[in-house]
Amino acid sequence: MKNIKTVSTIKLLAILFISSLTITSCSKSDDDDDHHDEELITTVTYTLTNGNNVVTLKFVDLDGEGGADGTYSVSGPLSANTTYTGVIKLENETESPAEDITVEVKQEGDEHEFFYSSSVSGLTVTKNDTDGNGNPVGIETSLTTTGAGSGTLTVTLKHEPTKPNNNTTAGAGGSTDAEVTFNISVQ
Amino acid sequence: MKLFYSCVFALCICTSAFAQKCQLSFKGKVIDSHDNQPLIGASLQIVNENKYATTNANGSFEFKNICKGKYTVIVRHVSCKTKEIKINIIKDIYKEVTLEHHLNQLNEVVIKTTSKTDKINIEQSIKKDIIDSYTDKSLGDALSTLSGVSSLNTGSTIVKPMIHGLHSSRLLIINNNVRMFDQEWGDEHAPNIDVNSSERINVIKGANTLKYGSDAVGGLILIKPKKYAAIDSLFGRTTASFNSNGLGGNINSEIIKTYKSGWYSKLQANYKRFGDFKASNYSLTNSGLKNLNTSIRIGYNGYEKGFNAFYSLVDNELAILQSSHIGNVNDLVNALNNKTPRVADDFSYDINFPKQSIVHHIGKIEAYKRLKGLGKLSVQYDLQVNRRKEFDLRRGNLKNTPVIDLRLFTNSLQTNLEIDFSDDLKFDTGILARYQQNDAISGTGSSPLIPDFEKIDAGFYTVANYNINETTEINAGFRYDYSKIDARKLYNLNDWNVKYNYDALFPEFETGEIIGTRIITKPKYTFHNISASVGFSKFYENDLSLLINYGLASRVPNPSELFSDGLHHSAARIETGLLTMEKEIANKIIISLEKVNSNFGFTISPYFKQINNFIQLIPVGITTTVRGAFPVWEYNQINAQIFGIDIDVNKKINTHFNYRGSISLLQGNNVSDDLALIHMPSTNFTNTLSYTNKKLNQLTISLNQKTVFQQKRYPDYNFYTYNAILQQNVFVDLSTTPPTYSLFGFNSSAIFKTFKRGELKLEFNIENLFNVSYRENLNRQRYFADELGRNFNLKIKINY
Repeated sequence: MKNIKTVSTIKLLAILFISSLTITSCSKSDDDDDHHDEELITTVTYTLTNGNNVVTLKFVDLDGEGGADGTYSVSGPLSANTTYTGVIKLENETESPAEDITVEVKQEGDEHEFFYSSSVSGLTVTKNDTDGNGNPVGIETSLTTTGAGSGTLTVTLKHEPTKPNNNTTAGAGGSTDAEVTFNISVQ
Repeated sequence: MKLFYSCVFALCICTSAFAQKCQLSFKGKVIDSHDNQPLIGASLQIVNENKYATTNANGSFEFKNICKGKYTVIVRHVSCKTKEIKINIIKDIYKEVTLEHHLNQLNEVVIKTTSKTDKINIEQSIKKDIIDSYTDKSLGDALSTLSGVSSLNTGSTIVKPMIHGLHSSRLLIINNNVRMFDQEWGDEHAPNIDVNSSERINVIKGANTLKYGSDAVGGLILIKPKKYAAIDSLFGRTTASFNSNGLGGNINSEIIKTYKSGWYSKLQANYKRFGDFKASNYSLTNSGLKNLNTSIRIGYNGYEKGFNAFYSLVDNELAILQSSHIGNVNDLVNALNNKTPRVADDFSYDINFPKQSIVHHIGKIEAYKRLKGLGKLSVQYDLQVNRRKEFDLRRGNLKNTPVIDLRLFTNSLQTNLEIDFSDDLKFDTGILARYQQNDAISGTGSSPLIPDFEKIDAGFYTVANYNINETTEINAGFRYDYSKIDARKLYNLNDWNVKYNYDALFPEFETGEIIGTRIITKPKYTFHNISASVGFSKFYENDLSLLINYGLASRVPNPSELFSDGLHHSAARIETGLLTMEKEIANKIIISLEKVNSNFGFTISPYFKQINNFIQLIPVGITTTVRGAFPVWEYNQINAQIFGIDIDVNKKINTHFNYRGSISLLQGNNVSDDLALIHMPSTNFTNTLSYTNKKLNQLTISLNQKTVFQQKRYPDYNFYTYNAILQQNVFVDLSTTPPTYSLFGFNSSAIFKTFKRGELKLEFNIENLFNVSYRENLNRQRYFADELGRNFNLKIKINY
């Protein structure tokens, strides 16, 4: 009797094991949930407009972090002593249609801020938009050039920066969601 | 006929006829072969000599005035099989005699510091009273009290144990005879174990681990439950603790019902809650935790047969320091240059992003039967489900969606046969079948760090123990394992074809399907693993023993080493596994000279490990993304050597004062590149002086000190990166190690009798007494913030 009991316990264990294998094998649906990066920013476009004078600065990295490096393109030189209206746009072009991430940034304006810095002397960028607390966001800007020169323009999007801040990335802290550097020239 | 009380007698006569010198002594100890407990009241008789001795409370005995010659000694104990041994006395000798103490199996096992899982093991253990003092901490914290054991931390709540510098997949954690599978591969994945549910934790540094797996390159952590006496009883206890740092604590309760028939049941539950912890100078914003654990155990404990069933749930929610979430290498440089974290808000109990939420279930059922004249056969089935969610700081509608969501399902069936009918030669043999499935749950809106995979393992092992004589034992074992991994993963086409050249190396993994810029692949691997161990132990007089273990271990690369591919926000790095990983093969030898004695004892344990194809994760360069530059950390394989020595000393100064000390020295070499090995613990030592007064409510007061030296041997993986905003190259110092630190602590406790059966224990402790601000090299968050500052702790324990 005792033996039978033990044997049946062992049998029970074996059945449990085998059945769990079958159950899990069944539940393993081959649904191929092909995850993709929904948060990804593949494209950063900074469009500068002064009447008919339009300069586009664009960064594209379609395969995201890792993979091939992104590419930079600048449509042409900026004119000296000119004020441009600037608009920045972040997109995820792996989605179809491409997702406009700038919308999310705008909605969460109090948690985000764009920063612009340039090595070209005399080039300044001012932010024209504000969040709910009256602090700058930096999606809409004015870019003013003075003399000719060439150098870089870096655009940084910070998540959770200190707001208000001294308008530098170092002073704002936070974590960086995007940082792209364009080679530009002013003629 | 029941064997319980029966004692079989046997006689043999062989005396010598040589000239005799009758002033020799024969001393020794009688211990239980099952658990190495001393047996009290065993009687010894020298046949034909009319000499008798009885063991005292320590299991020791002594015969005086014996003549030179060959004797037969009969050893009896009321509840065990009588044994006869033959000895040849030519000088004073000391012998340990083991008896099969069957009845003891049914009784409550009284744990002593000296008892080991196996006599030949090189192991250290922590007992219930020490576990209790870590009731509100983690397994890793409790274990790092042992020499040679350190921890790899992420903040103060995610603590991974480390033995001799090795961690994660190189340590086997066995909880209640179930091998833990809880995605242990990640550096920031701490074991999901509630220390409160265990009675005793053993750390086996030596090689005698084949029963549990072939891959214990670092060692084995064995978490054991308590065995209960077969009496009708109902008892329990409750421990509550409160801490000033983190303004939180823990409450743990357990209740146990036992029956004379051998049935027992236990229910345990534990709730832990902490808010933001504090470093010595600032608040560590978002560092709290919420933790709910429960376990239930029922079983029947008989000599001939028995069974037990166990279920445990661990539900953890762990906040991750907000300042450690950074975007790119410039943020990292800022963190490195600033002495304080970027966010230090007021105290809060909130657990915000980033955070981890982990639920771990274990269920098991085990049955055993004693086969007459052969041994004990046991069969166990266990099942584990681990669900890990990691939340990050995200934008928009993904805010409350985890970045990582993995479910790991593991179940195993194993049998074990202990062949112990012979007193001198024992075998332990078994087989194992395991099926594992990982599901990267969809809907996270990000590519999974670890892909979907299925894994099948099958193995068998045999370990033989042979007693050459009463003081010498040898042990040898062999294990074979088969593993098969089937995964499915999307690779970036550029990575697959160009960067890693996988299209040429693994064309068989390609499915031909391409989605956008990505290719669907089905990597498949098969591994055959052979592992072995040899052990030797010799016991001398004066509680002295020498143990030598040699082991060959092989470890299959884990999923993160093979497949991991992506951005780790909390570390601001991209981690890349490689499909070209091969298995890791370790040869290790460890020696231990031990003197187990409460007046003066020590353990001196040197070790040497040669690990071929050692898989390490190191910074290899920089990649540019839309977020700016990121350091890339890649897994690669090298040959490594780790050697060192652990020394422990205990000394009774007088009836009230006790001293304990330990020192661990370790050196790790990357032999292939002629560098130091990354993330190795540095030299550290501890000293504890304690005062005990048994008459005054068992008052204990102790002072302890721990010093961790700066790790001067580290590989230099520092680099420069161009900062576009500053228009210059900046230095990224990831490698330089934090300076030496010393911490002091104070502990005190007293026990009060309350009601009839109950007692109350009060404890007051101070950690980091001088509120030292320091950083620890083996904490992943050392770039961002200091370790914890001073903490006052109050514990109340009630037994009823």
